[in-house]
Amino acid sequence: MRIAVCVKQVPEGAAKRIDPATRRLDRAGEGALNAYDANAVEEALRLKESAGEGEVVLLTMGPARAADAIRKALAMGADRAILVTDDAAAGSDLLATSIALARALEREQPDLVLFGQQAADSDGAVLWGAVADRLRRPLISQVAELTLADGVVTGKRQSEFGYDVIRAPLPAVVAVSDSINEPRYPSLKGIMGAKKKPQETLTLADLGVESDRAGEAGSRTEVLALSEPPSRGESRRIDGDGAAPEAIIAFLAEKRLV
Amino acid sequence: MKVLVFLEHHEGSLEKRGLAVLSKAASLDGAEVAGAVLGAGVGEIAGTAGRFGARTVHVCDDPALEAPLPQPRVDALAALVAEEGFDTVFFAQSVLASDVAAGLAARLEAGLNWDLTDLLVRDGALVGKRPALADSVYVEVGWKGERRLALFRSGAFDPVEVGGQAQVESFSGRFEDFSLQATMVEQAHEERSGPSIEDAEIVVAGGRGLGKPENFSLVEELARELGGAVGATRAVVDAGWYPYSSQVGQTGKTVSPKLYVACGISGAIQHKVGMQNANVIVAINKDANAPIFEYCDLGVVGDLNEILPRLTELVRQRKAG
Repeated sequence: MRIAVCVKQVPEGAAKRIDPATRRLDRAGEGALNAYDANAVEEALRLKESAGEGEVVLLTMGPARAADAIRKALAMGADRAILVTDDAAAGSDLLATSIALARALEREQPDLVLFGQQAADSDGAVLWGAVADRLRRPLISQVAELTLADGVVTGKRQSEFGYDVIRAPLPAVVAVSDSINEPRYPSLKGIMGAKKKPQETLTLADLGVESDRAGEAGSRTEVLALSEPPSRGESRRIDGDGAAPEAIIAFLAEKRLV
Repeated sequence: MKVLVFLEHHEGSLEKRGLAVLSKAASLDGAEVAGAVLGAGVGEIAGTAGRFGARTVHVCDDPALEAPLPQPRVDALAALVAEEGFDTVFFAQSVLASDVAAGLAARLEAGLNWDLTDLLVRDGALVGKRPALADSVYVEVGWKGERRLALFRSGAFDPVEVGGQAQVESFSGRFEDFSLQATMVEQAHEERSGPSIEDAEIVVAGGRGLGKPENFSLVEELARELGGAVGATRAVVDAGWYPYSSQVGQTGKTVSPKLYVACGISGAIQHKVGMQNANVIVAINKDANAPIFEYCDLGVVGDLNEILPRLTELVRQRKAG
């Protein structure tokens, strides 16, 4: 059984900013594995462990330094990684990204493709829908519990109305939520071993992605301008001393809420 | 501009958030707006859309569309868009709609912008607004190419009844084999107890910071004294501390009460989108660095175990006095 996990490198912590000149996310600083993707990696490892066989392959697209993010997922226990990196891929939107990933996945022919819940930088929670359509495979998203038996995946999906249970035959595409598991920390052995695991670097040409379907040329959305968010107005702060409840009541009374 | 709005439905009625997007679309200059209702046995509810600005409602009534699964809906919408020549398709963001929109984007090779909170026409072109990077910056986005798709954040617009009548037109779906492979084994049914938090004027909500499930009683008691409803974060719902029907946030309810009291809630973006439209937000959290302190009106750094019982008592006294 082969499980592919699509992961993303995102700017670390508070360093996230949009470059006003390019109107793209500034990816120059330290990068980290998108935290939501760690849940997908963890789930892949658990499926492999409970099956007693299989291979977990990481797939990412990004600048060459995205290899840093992959290394953490390899240290968690993934077997090998594929990095799609190409200057012409910079600025790819959902459409352009989904083409490159779908082409790379077609090459790998995994039984199961996993995604994390969303990207912490773009807040996007849509990529799997586009990839599943391009691969022509069944999709289950927002999965809070996943089981795999006899070539069928069963996922418990959280939607606005509660929990649905959805089933699909392999090969399938599944996006997991961040409540599905608690990702493991890489062990020292895992960290040391990660460097020796196979990592393949591919260009768009390797994947047969035409240049007009990649990067900004292949994108059908654009960022036009950036602005400051509207202010919520003045915010008051009380540092918890004994009189906090009285202060809250006074505030609510002033706002005519009690 | 020929706009199609995907109208999600649940238990026999059209979802309010879809009608809100429909109202917004109908208010745009030069937009000809239709709705799409996809499901099994949905013919009767489709007409409602006319009151919110749709001139036409396209209905695909097919057993293959009975379960709220995305892929057969991509097939049906792709055919409808091609047949009727729509250049724009709008969705109210939801778990289902996001998957449908993304699949349709790939199928039609159309640009998709998500999480939009506003929309306008500037020099004849459609411009969307989106809060980005945990709402720290606002981004104006556009579309390139002939077709445009957009997902709108829940609560971005209100449904506006304009009182028109829509012509209901049926169309039949043809489905790809792979689109029918995922099947619904068990569909969610909402369990509701007490007043809906969506209609409550006051919501008192609890998160992980309460420490343990039993402490939810502190939240319930304050809610009762204030005459409000109880909300919960996804983290505590997933942990089984509180029922799903009370969940506020991205995959839960969107609330806009007069007062929202957040107890032990860090205020991550997934929660924020569900409650940021509250008039007044009071946050109580022992972590002084919690993101919720960035967007509340009154922030209290302190211990919930001490503050909540005393606060409840003070509300009680005030009512009695």
